[in-house]
Amino acid sequence: MSDLSQHGVHEHDLAPGEEEQHSVSTRIIGYVVGLVLALLLTATSFFIAGTNLVWQPSIPIAIIVLAIAQMGVHLVFFLHITTGPDNTNNVLALAFGLLIVFLVVGGSVWIMSHLNENMPSMDQIMRMQ
Amino acid sequence: MAITATAGHAHADPHHIGLVVEHLGPAPKRIVTAYGFWVFLLSDIVMFSCFFAAYAVLVGQTADGPKGSEIFEQRNVAIETVCLLLSSFTCGMASIAADVRNRLWFYLGMAVTCVLGLAFLSIEFREFADLVSRGYGPSRSAFLTAFFSLVGCHGLHVSAGVLWLLTMMAQVFAKGFRADILRRMMCFALFWHALDIIWVAVFSVVYLLGGAP
Amino acid sequence: MLGKLDWSAIPFDQPIPLVAGGVVLVGILAVLGWVVVKGHLPYLWHEWITSVDHKRIGVMYILLASVMLLRGGSDAIMMRIQQAVSYQSQGYLPPEHYNQIFSAHGTIMIFFVAMPFVIGLMNLVVPLQLGVRDVAFPTLNSVGFWLTATGALLVNVSLVVGEFARTGWLAFPPLSGLTYSPGVGVDYYAWSLQISGVGTLVAGINLVTTVLKLRTRGMNYLRMPMFCWTTLASNLLIVAAFPILTATLAMLLLDRYLGFHFFTNEAGGNVMMFMNLIWAWGHPEVYILVLPAFGIYSEVVSTFSGKPLFGYRSMVLATMAICVISFMVWLHHFFTMGAGPDVNAIFGIASMIIAVPTGVKIYNWLFTMYGGRIRFATPMLWSVGFMVTFIIGGLTGVLVAVPPADFMLHNSMFLVAHFHNVIIGGVLFGAFAGFEYWFPKAFGFRLDERWGKAAFWFTFTGFWITFMPLYIVGMLGMTRRMQHYDVAAWRPWMFVAAIGMAVLTIGVVCQVMQLVVSIRNREALRDRTGDPWDGRSLEWATSSPPPVFNFAFYPDVRGEDAYWEMKAKAKQQQFEHAEPEYQDIEMPRNSPTGFVCAFFATIMGFALIWHIWWMVIVGVIGAWATFVVFAWRDHDEYVIPAAEVARIDRANLEERRHLVSLAGTV
Repeated sequence: MSDLSQHGVHEHDLAPGEEEQHSVSTRIIGYVVGLVLALLLTATSFFIAGTNLVWQPSIPIAIIVLAIAQMGVHLVFFLHITTGPDNTNNVLALAFGLLIVFLVVGGSVWIMSHLNENMPSMDQIMRMQ
Repeated sequence: MAITATAGHAHADPHHIGLVVEHLGPAPKRIVTAYGFWVFLLSDIVMFSCFFAAYAVLVGQTADGPKGSEIFEQRNVAIETVCLLLSSFTCGMASIAADVRNRLWFYLGMAVTCVLGLAFLSIEFREFADLVSRGYGPSRSAFLTAFFSLVGCHGLHVSAGVLWLLTMMAQVFAKGFRADILRRMMCFALFWHALDIIWVAVFSVVYLLGGAP
Repeated sequence: MLGKLDWSAIPFDQPIPLVAGGVVLVGILAVLGWVVVKGHLPYLWHEWITSVDHKRIGVMYILLASVMLLRGGSDAIMMRIQQAVSYQSQGYLPPEHYNQIFSAHGTIMIFFVAMPFVIGLMNLVVPLQLGVRDVAFPTLNSVGFWLTATGALLVNVSLVVGEFARTGWLAFPPLSGLTYSPGVGVDYYAWSLQISGVGTLVAGINLVTTVLKLRTRGMNYLRMPMFCWTTLASNLLIVAAFPILTATLAMLLLDRYLGFHFFTNEAGGNVMMFMNLIWAWGHPEVYILVLPAFGIYSEVVSTFSGKPLFGYRSMVLATMAICVISFMVWLHHFFTMGAGPDVNAIFGIASMIIAVPTGVKIYNWLFTMYGGRIRFATPMLWSVGFMVTFIIGGLTGVLVAVPPADFMLHNSMFLVAHFHNVIIGGVLFGAFAGFEYWFPKAFGFRLDERWGKAAFWFTFTGFWITFMPLYIVGMLGMTRRMQHYDVAAWRPWMFVAAIGMAVLTIGVVCQVMQLVVSIRNREALRDRTGDPWDGRSLEWATSSPPPVFNFAFYPDVRGEDAYWEMKAKAKQQQFEHAEPEYQDIEMPRNSPTGFVCAFFATIMGFALIWHIWWMVIVGVIGAWATFVVFAWRDHDEYVIPAAEVARIDRANLEERRHLVSLAGTV
């Protein structure tokens, strides 16, 4: 692995979590911004969950949207995922992983809700009697 | 020759549109290690997704036991969340310190991360112990089973992370900022930040959505 | 002190497992004794057990798979005989034993034969094909192998200490729950899969990273040999699917050990959730197995037809399409569970769609052969045999992907015939083709062609005689896993299947004979060129067996079929004689981490199965300490001096100058 890498020809690739060359202060500011945004989003989530000020059916959707936004904030500011070419592989792997997560969770919920509809569980049968 | 020429082109066109870039050969170890760990993290997240799926399917199966809204304490969860968010920040500070080889700030960052992680764990442990003592243990209902396993799985990961963190500190103490240790530090930071992302999903799905009346 | 373990765990009253276990034990002791007496132990320890060389690890994986193939095959023979004789009688296997046998057969064949075989081949070949010196994580690779071996060991221990699961190879609850399976059988099953599953995950991460991050100069994605592509797809599936298995089995174990209610009938647990999750892993799993086999066929067909692979890009596209779609079809394993017509229809259609890329592949292989100079060496025979066999398996697969048809065929012998048709005809034939094809690369001598061809023909015909009758009895209504039956119409077909099994067994004997004969005649079969088949990809550019560093220089790749082009160019230019400037090479040092870690994992697994809690703690701490010790070492690489590299490489080039190749003759 050594004789090629010494020539420093790998500017085109970044390790996951690695940043472009920045000064220390720029990097610290990045984490600070990330932390502030994350705290704001968290606070909003907790606030919305317990409030009566917004239209109630929108709450679950709002919480999910906020959660996704916050994950995005973490990915960008803490894990330094960008859309640059040096991150292509990292982002592709992430996209594949997210697709699987979506399929497993979404598929399971979808399948199991249909099963429950067609074949009520023991509990529900008992209750019906 | 050809390689440098194409690499030059690549810089003029950062998004490689309409250009085949010759592959330059094996990546350096730092990238290889971090990428492998990245792939592991994705697989770990898929594992969590199964517990999330189980929770989503079983959340209504309370078997006449308590519902989420009856047992969750929003205040505790908020404190836990703040602990983890701050620890992610301090972990980031520790990685910067490691990159610039500053031992003092590295130890400080890692120590604060560790304390915050332990604080998180102790709050979670108290919550679990309290539930079990009230008779709402994981065997009470399928809902509680799913709840304990999902949150517990995250807690186990945090515990493993704390163990790793301490090992990491000991290693830097004994060996200094060697290249392989810096690579491990990079993986640790990835792990810790990823746990934070999972926690965002946990508090949103389990505590906030599952705690709705 | 010893948890649930006492003398009653040893089945003194059951002669078959006891005798089988005794024979295995005597065999192991004999081999160990021979190794120690002959003084081979240091060699074995330094060169193999602690080796982090991907080629050695690959060979050990294949050895493990071969040994377990004999074990799983014995189970198959016992089942075929049982079903041949158990018409209106109990046969010779009591139900509780028969159930353990079919469970062990499935578990072993998938997890400890097919998986290690393909992972072994990928380990052996992929870094060579990519033109690099090692995999991404050499020591973790060794850990992965030894954890897989731990799983296999635990399954075999269950033969004499305790029992194995009686629940089928996927251990569906509630049967596998504590209420209906109070013994240790399911625990043996689950813990051995958990431990070997970690090993598989490690292997998957290692190979994904290797393919994506370690390629030689100029090895762009669209120049990688097909086997590297299928390796990438297969290992992406491992990385994405095995965590699902781990999570699902963890839930089952939580139910069994701590009284959780994931899959129980009480307290709101949902049994169907287990089927759902386990098949979300289970369907990608079959593609994890068959994709590498597809890659092997691509290499073999192209090499032995003397042509580049037809439709390379469509093949890449088909592979990656299968990789993604394989995650969208899992419900077809439980159409009959009651999800309703809309859900069933969507998953049925997805299952039919996934047959399309597979069909693309078949056509590509056929067109590769078309107009080529085909040489029917043994690997090519396996590949052609595969095409003929697999098409039937694929078509019956599309048939059962139609929900209404599946309602008739679900859990019947038709299904058993179908999946054996694709797994034997697809995966096992591929593994054998790869074994024959790359054996000279791994050991430096070819395998005997006559015994190889005999093995192919016996296995091929034996397969058809065994499994075609199973399709028929399936149509006649026979369900799977029957210990005895009362329907006269099935009986003759079960006889035929048993005869087929005998023919298959002859095939296995031929395979063993081939190995013995070839090792004896190894001097005559020696491959001095490193390129015995007139190959096309980079693994043939180095000597057989390759030096530990694989390549003295990273090869420069300029197109597909990298080595073929090098040969063609060399022929046109009459070999350049300029001596390159050799440099020192750094290679990773060997490490006992994998073996020691697996030792502690074995202790931990065994202790968990028997509820010996103090021993569990010892195992966990031991495994963690092993990793800390590994992390603490100061030197993880050693240097091979330039002079040594030069000596090895010159010898290889000298042999190679006399090579006569088809390349460059056009």
